[in-house]
Amino acid sequence: MRKTILLTCLLPVLLASAVPVYAASLTLKITQWVEDAYPIAVVPFGYEGVKRPSQDIAEIITNDLLRSGKFNPLPVTDMLNRPSNEADIEFKNWRILGSESLVIGKVQHTGGDNYKVMFWLFDVFKTKQLDAQSFNTTGTALRATAHKIADLVYEKLLGQPGAFSTLISYVTANGTGEKKEYILWKADSDGENPQEILKSNYAIMSPSWSPDGESIAYASLEEAGAQKVFIQKWRKGQRSIVSTVKPGLNGAPSWSPDGKFLAFTIIKDGNSDIYRLDLNSKQLKQLSNHYAIDTEPVWTPDGQWIVFTSDRSGRPQLYKTTVNGESVKRLTFEGTENARAAISPDGKSIAMVHKRDGQDKIALMDMDGGNLIVLTDGHFDESPSFAPNGSMIIYATSEGQQGTLATVSTDGRFRQSLAYQGDVREPAWSPLNVK
Amino acid sequence: MKVMTKISLAIVPAMMLVLGGCSSGDVKETPASGSATADSRSIVPPPPAEMAPAGTESAQPDPMAERNKMDDPGSLLSQRMVYFDFDSSVIKDEAIPVVRAHAEHLSANNSKVFTLEGHCDERGTREYNIALGERRADAVRRMLVANGVAERQIKIVSYGEERPAQLGHNETAWAANRRAVFAY
Repeated sequence: MRKTILLTCLLPVLLASAVPVYAASLTLKITQWVEDAYPIAVVPFGYEGVKRPSQDIAEIITNDLLRSGKFNPLPVTDMLNRPSNEADIEFKNWRILGSESLVIGKVQHTGGDNYKVMFWLFDVFKTKQLDAQSFNTTGTALRATAHKIADLVYEKLLGQPGAFSTLISYVTANGTGEKKEYILWKADSDGENPQEILKSNYAIMSPSWSPDGESIAYASLEEAGAQKVFIQKWRKGQRSIVSTVKPGLNGAPSWSPDGKFLAFTIIKDGNSDIYRLDLNSKQLKQLSNHYAIDTEPVWTPDGQWIVFTSDRSGRPQLYKTTVNGESVKRLTFEGTENARAAISPDGKSIAMVHKRDGQDKIALMDMDGGNLIVLTDGHFDESPSFAPNGSMIIYATSEGQQGTLATVSTDGRFRQSLAYQGDVREPAWSPLNVK
Repeated sequence: MKVMTKISLAIVPAMMLVLGGCSSGDVKETPASGSATADSRSIVPPPPAEMAPAGTESAQPDPMAERNKMDDPGSLLSQRMVYFDFDSSVIKDEAIPVVRAHAEHLSANNSKVFTLEGHCDERGTREYNIALGERRADAVRRMLVANGVAERQIKIVSYGEERPAQLGHNETAWAANRRAVFAY
């Protein structure tokens, strides 16, 4: 039976400020439910100490697991009891409820702003402990600790790394005309803890994380429409402009898997081609050479190919070329247009903006061009980006007049929207192991 | 729509990040509005020998008359938009007189520089539309150059789909947004 569930994110303790600013964090809204997801129970954590933690660790873990589309967490109200010690567990209480796995834990206040967080993961049917860890953390790092536990649970049960401790980047736009304000943000993968990276009255687009997670490349129209590419170390804010001897507008940056090159687009005299820049030697290599619009280059994870958008056959389609610009091959043949490719971390699939019957949706296709499936059902869906464990795709969609973000599991079965107060677009998911 | 109070920890780090060191020494990210690169009032008398191809003006235009012509709603020069069909950068027949009027004006005032902006409707991806917008501006540029305007007078920029003239998900809005703009 399918249900829709409305969930609002926990907000950290709010300042009692009288001046509201447009909302900075994204609100989760579950829009689909997966029937045969892994049943799990995450019991509200016990607490010991004087100062209560400001975060509900179990709720953060539950929301993470739910969002992945692979888990079906037991509602807290269905729980017969709430153990926080192994000795208090009666496994039959959980078998009755259908849970196959059980997570319990506790938080100890150890003084000042310090906490010790412990969790245990059990297999309910084998009544066996699968994992147990403890963390020394602080009040501001409690969410990060909860995400870390969710990653450990995900990995232990599914054998794949979790992506809950990762980050997303996205752009918001507020206002109209020349007073419009664009902000490039970085936030936790659930939309919490947003942090401004750049603010501008000119459009910012195409954020791309470096493989080490320290930098974000993006394109900006900040020279009054003369598009430029920047690389910014997001933690400290130093940035450099990507400049080459070749004149033209620069856009659509994409990092190579080894972080040594940047592929991007140079547009001049009515022509748009893709290039590869060696970030050390500054050597520039042209990869496409065609009077068509060639743009939006992305690298395959093996570092051997670049997939890009070209309208050389009349309308935008996806093509691939070697990293030396040889052997151009067309990849997409279905639908009216295909553009803005994103490559899965395992290199086996491509997500794209797929136009069919006048509507843009996110589709997924095998790397060699077969098995195209449509994953989303919006009208103007765009800019797909894979979670670094390949389990989900974040993309931009719209509800009414506002742009919003959404995630969809790569099997297409589970979708969740992240609504923002304002117009949000251009999401990009960070690599794993970024903090 | 309900607004939510800003989260505290975003404030200080955000300020540090926005003001981070740019290599150009530029710390502000909010440049002056508009994209005009020339003050249209700084008119320099043109060299006497230069005649526009379909010249209706005298060899030495009077600055006052020039100013009036640029702003006179009856004159072609006051029309600053060239419109395009979907996914096209072909200049339509009805736009040619406007382009030629600007060409005459610019070749008669050949120290004047200005910006041609390319724009698109919202369909298509953002980066593709930057390229298509540039292509539209460039098509106008080529027609201007063919009609006597010097390359150095023209700066080409593209806003892609980012600065629509009209909001809306319909053909009326889309048609109004597929344009090149003479930004003096």
